[in-house]
Amino acid sequence: MSENTNILVVGIGGQGVMTATEILAEAAIAMGHDAKKTEVAGMAQRGGVVSSHLRFGQRVLSPQITPGTADVLLGFESAEAMRWQHMLRPGGITLMNTARLVPPVVELGLFDYPDDPLGEIRKSGNKVVAFDATSIAQQLGDIRLGNTVMLGAIADHLPFPAETLLDCVLKRFQRKGEKLVELNRQAFAAGRAAVGTAEAVAA
Amino acid sequence: MAAVMPAPAASRLLLSGNEAVARAVWEAGVKVAAAYPGTPSTEMLEVISTYPDLYAEWSVNEKVSLEVAIGAAYAGSRSFCCMKHVGMNVASDALMTLTLTGVIGGLVIAIADDVGLSSSQNEQDSRYWGRFAHLPVFEPADSQEAHAMTLQAYELSEQFQVPVILRMTTRINHVKSLVTTGERVAHAGAGFKKEPGRFVMVPGNACKRIPLMFKRDGELRALAETSPLNFIEHGSDRRVGFIASGPAYMHVKESFPNAPVLKLGFSCPVPFEKCRELAALVDQVVVVEEVEPLIVTELKAQGLKVLGKEILPLQGELSPNVLKPAIARLLGEPLPAPQAVVPLQVFPRPPTMCVACPHLGVYYTLSQVRNLNISGDIGCYTLGAGHPWNALDTCVSMGASMGVALGMDKGRGEADKDKRVVAVIGDSTFLHMGMQGLLDMVYNKGNVTVLLLDNRAVGMTGGQDNPGNGRDIHGDEAPRVDFAKLVSALGVKEERIHKVNPYELPVLFKTIREEVKVPEVSVIITDQPCVLIKDYHKLKPFEVIDDRCTGCGNCIDVGCPAIHVTRRGKEVKASGKEVDLAFVRIESSVCTGCGLCVQPCAPKAIVHYAPVSPIKLVSKGCGA
Ligand code: SF4
Ligand code: SF4
Repeated sequence: MSENTNILVVGIGGQGVMTATEILAEAAIAMGHDAKKTEVAGMAQRGGVVSSHLRFGQRVLSPQITPGTADVLLGFESAEAMRWQHMLRPGGITLMNTARLVPPVVELGLFDYPDDPLGEIRKSGNKVVAFDATSIAQQLGDIRLGNTVMLGAIADHLPFPAETLLDCVLKRFQRKGEKLVELNRQAFAAGRAAVGTAEAVAA
Repeated sequence: MAAVMPAPAASRLLLSGNEAVARAVWEAGVKVAAAYPGTPSTEMLEVISTYPDLYAEWSVNEKVSLEVAIGAAYAGSRSFCCMKHVGMNVASDALMTLTLTGVIGGLVIAIADDVGLSSSQNEQDSRYWGRFAHLPVFEPADSQEAHAMTLQAYELSEQFQVPVILRMTTRINHVKSLVTTGERVAHAGAGFKKEPGRFVMVPGNACKRIPLMFKRDGELRALAETSPLNFIEHGSDRRVGFIASGPAYMHVKESFPNAPVLKLGFSCPVPFEKCRELAALVDQVVVVEEVEPLIVTELKAQGLKVLGKEILPLQGELSPNVLKPAIARLLGEPLPAPQAVVPLQVFPRPPTMCVACPHLGVYYTLSQVRNLNISGDIGCYTLGAGHPWNALDTCVSMGASMGVALGMDKGRGEADKDKRVVAVIGDSTFLHMGMQGLLDMVYNKGNVTVLLLDNRAVGMTGGQDNPGNGRDIHGDEAPRVDFAKLVSALGVKEERIHKVNPYELPVLFKTIREEVKVPEVSVIITDQPCVLIKDYHKLKPFEVIDDRCTGCGNCIDVGCPAIHVTRRGKEVKASGKEVDLAFVRIESSVCTGCGLCVQPCAPKAIVHYAPVSPIKLVSKGCGA
């Protein structure tokens, strides 16, 4: 009964992790799948850890991804991508934004931010592709496009066409005008390309 | 916040459990819906308020919300009320009498249990209220069931003239899954018919209603035995059979697809015969329940041989990776292979207050005043217990800061002789349960300084409206409470009431310092909006001039998440004392210009941000 696809999206409160997961769920439903989406987010709005689970397939029972069974980990932040590695199945892949969001407990000197999260993930033997989604979004003119960049990044790692996901992304912006739709189309393409090149470099 | 819109047409929708219940409430023709916001229940009423043709309100607390729903149901209309688990503790006074009067129009009470404590002060099992109040309990396992069971609950409620409890947990409330929805069917209320023997619960009347309640119990149990909401799936692996309800059922199905399962959707009163039927099919029965061993205890009392919390955890959420090893152990099988990777160690990331939150200055100031014992309350300002402020010593339940503070004052020991007692409470919390405590404090001549942090919203749950901000659930204008007048009416002396801008640190500091010295009740009201609501207006952001920053780190103690350390150092003072230095920068793209961090900066290194070119905005930061 585990032919479900498990996608884990992680980051911190306010980054749009839940929205991204919801769009992924809509795409899965558009493909005719059953789907369940849930969060593990205590007071997520206040800069805490957010992990959003998406499971889809013929019939989904438990909404939670069992540790060690995630197919793809989409990490909106470096340290968070590192924190959730144990959720991946053997052979699963991490797609991560290299942005570092340093919390107050680190600023206060109570804890250290890992020097090299990407290196740590690699050391653990897991497959990982890293790219700077935040910079890409900034270059396109709006930091808030980071969310769409991340969705572009995962687009070629799903068991359905990237175009289905793109449609679901753009549908969200249709009411807000053609300009935003176009910007998001570019952000999506940039995310897709970034993972492509990063993967090519890694190989 | 929530303008009334036409409801989406009936179709297959991706809905959370909360959204699914809201939709069903609307479809059921409900006329009146009320709640006080509380995670994970909040969205039910938020969504209901967007639907047409019904009345929705944010009440000041859960007891009032239930009373409003009761009134509507007495009047023959269908009504709805929802709350989080701790809310039922507040509402229970009304509930325990409601069970005797019953209802005319259907009444469904949805209770959301925060299993796993995502944001609550305790974990409790609301199924107990079904036993305590002799009420039927429905337990959906996903959004589709939440929708269907809400509709069925209204039917049952009217058939038996009894309120029905819909017990949900975080994994129902906040999980989104597919729901096939329908359309609204109007229910005309019959109007209130006077029936004092039933609706006036004086002892003489109540004692006649109690036997009826027990009779109803029996009838409901008989119904639970045959209800299609309780069904057995026979399965092929007869070694262990499961009895489960709610999300626990999904975890059982996921973990043991071939095992026999009795799913209880109508779980109170427990259908004992159905349970015996399952037990007869299998070698062993395991009852899988979140949180308490409730059904298992009832089954044991019936003489059934069943297992439960002997092999399953007493606390927290269940999931396949909790169930599988427990059952493997029971069957003496090898444990499932350990997870592929051991978690990598990463710093904790606790929730923080928002950038420019009006509470930052209050907690910064409290952390600077010595000799305080600080009694706290429920809400965003509970975060003041964390770093860097560490300025909160207790937090029990909503409104408890008042009574606890008075108790700390009256019960002070030798060690606390010279300590001053401060109570901190938010606006919504004060209206919910704090007013009575303050009255008690005044009446009994307490020596407490109350900080009433009015941020014009229920901040923690997402900024809902309340009588303190002059807006109703739809964002429409509503009468706004005047907190100064209110506390004055409760007996606080005029000269002991102060209104202070929490962004003006010297004034705040001076006011707190002076008021804690006065041996009577003072109330200091801070009045600046939560940064998440529309009343908040951004100002010009700040930045740090590098070469002026001496690294003293004072600004970091304010606790604003927009302030970041760039490098650390050490300095040896003339006295020979070594001090740690932390040089900072401000993430100007998120700074709202509140000016808090500017004030403790002696060398005036924090100045208004002057954008030079768009490139300067580029910095590692928010991913939006
Ligand atoms: S308070 Fe001023 S001088 Fe001290 S670290 Fe902060 S910015 Fe630098
Ligand atoms: S002025 Fe200082 S405290 Fe206020 S938002 Fe900006 S960085 Fe934060």
